[in-house]
Amino acid sequence: MALTRAEMDHLALLARIGLTDEEKDRMASQLGDILQHMERLNQLSTEHIPPTAQVIEATNVLREDEVRSGLTREQVLSNAPRAEDPFIRVLPILE
Amino acid sequence: MATAPSTQRTASGTDYELVVGLEVHVELRTRSKMFCSCSADWFGKPPNSQVCPVCMALPGSLPAINRQAIEYAIMVGLALHADVENLPNGKPTRFDRKNYTYPDLPKGYQITQMDLPVNLGGWLEIALPDGGTKRVGVTRAHQEEDTAKLIHRVDEMGVAHSLVDFNRAGVPLLEIVSEPDMRSSEEAGAYLRTLRGILLYLGVTDARMEEGSFRCDANCSIRPVGSSEFGRKVEVKNMNSFRSVERALRYEFERQREALARGEVIPQETRGWDEDRGVTVSQRSKEYAHDYRYFPEPDLPPLFLAPDWIEAIKQRLPELPAAKKARYARDYGLADEPARLIADDPSLADFFESALFTGYGDAKQVAAWMLGDLTRLLKAHNTELGSSLVTPSKLVDLLKLIDGGQISGKIAKDVLDEMFVSGKSPEDVVREKGLLQISDEGDLERACAAAIAANLQSVEDYRAGKERALQFLVGQVMRETRGRANPGKVNDILKKQLGG
Repeated sequence: MALTRAEMDHLALLARIGLTDEEKDRMASQLGDILQHMERLNQLSTEHIPPTAQVIEATNVLREDEVRSGLTREQVLSNAPRAEDPFIRVLPILE
Repeated sequence: MATAPSTQRTASGTDYELVVGLEVHVELRTRSKMFCSCSADWFGKPPNSQVCPVCMALPGSLPAINRQAIEYAIMVGLALHADVENLPNGKPTRFDRKNYTYPDLPKGYQITQMDLPVNLGGWLEIALPDGGTKRVGVTRAHQEEDTAKLIHRVDEMGVAHSLVDFNRAGVPLLEIVSEPDMRSSEEAGAYLRTLRGILLYLGVTDARMEEGSFRCDANCSIRPVGSSEFGRKVEVKNMNSFRSVERALRYEFERQREALARGEVIPQETRGWDEDRGVTVSQRSKEYAHDYRYFPEPDLPPLFLAPDWIEAIKQRLPELPAAKKARYARDYGLADEPARLIADDPSLADFFESALFTGYGDAKQVAAWMLGDLTRLLKAHNTELGSSLVTPSKLVDLLKLIDGGQISGKIAKDVLDEMFVSGKSPEDVVREKGLLQISDEGDLERACAAAIAANLQSVEDYRAGKERALQFLVGQVMRETRGRANPGKVNDILKKQLGG
């Protein structure tokens, strides 16, 4: 079952991805295939299996509260598509 | 337990009450950030100078939980009577991802806690205007991370844009959510002040609202008095002081009441408080499609809070406001109000206890001067007690001068003013300004005789039975001696000189 156009619009908005109509149609069917597979998995009985959030069995991994130096500003800004020293510049955000 | 409901009758005759729940975010005062080793002390630092691959979300970087932040969160839980001890009951505390896209969130998700927070449940007790108290439930207190700081600008070409400073991104944030237990703006204000006092005692945050290390959003609705159902929830944001929280809630109560009176339906929405205009404004924003798709953070293993760890933290908890208040009443005989005012504010409590540590015995007098004239001066000069030039021992020295009869209480107020500005000792101020009380009987008698000679009309009035004339003469002597005479003594001498 392909996703509806409305669902595709919603997903694209959440991910902040601009998609053409043609791309939306293609991905709607691809995502539909993935969901269909999930539906098949859902048929399995998992009643006695605890949910898995982590695949390693480690617990209580804590870090001491110590300060170390990180990146230089040059390094930080060099990764940004657009900078305005000392800031990273982005499209206007108005609440 | 008494309550002070804020109710008002509408034209249709229905009494409404306000229902408030508060969400408080506090930045924890750790040295490093929540999940990386960058400095968490971001305020006022050069932009983008305290960042690393983890808090910038560079590919391949992994978060690691700051032990101190968790300890602070547990301390808050213990102070708020949370069920923190029950978490080891088979279940660990866990982190989750809250997904949304915004430029202040480098990962595209915030690491927070959903169904297994560090602290579940709890309460704190607030004082009510009528002198009673009320218990406000705390739903949860969970650990998360702060976002980057956005600055909105228009460039020289007239193009609006935003600038991002990531120093704040990843600073430990504790979100404390209350139950919808408050029924007026005053109760909301009392909750915030009480909570802030507790957090300051714990030393887990500096809780400065103006610097954003203590932030508050309010969920509010109104309902007919007696109803047990809740109205539709309106979330109010953007309040920068306790006073603006109270103002915004008063405004919302009126706005919602009037809307209902007009037969309108109150939509569930988010509104921003406009401090200058004194109104809330609807924040209808397509950007906020609330669809957070929470799921467990796969990069952080679960955390079992061992009972002996919690016990060790409990042993280190400082004395909290409620215990302090009780002790002030018991050991020093302070009345409820001054005891609470001092106990609720760590800087006042420090000052009070330091003053008494000098060995000075009149605690009530210390409290009265702190809450009276010293508070007046702090407000007038917009100074915090911590940076006041009047130290506890200097205040005690001043009170000793009053007790010893060297100066009157009235002169002491002037001396305190001068001490506050110059930082001088009370003895120096008194000596330099010549304020020592005139104790020489002969000097006082001469001053009284002079006042009588200069105000014969008053003398006649007094002899004709007008008691107020005597007060006038006392006032004249006080004026001539610039307040350095003891009014009681002057009174006695005048009576004697006027022939009883």
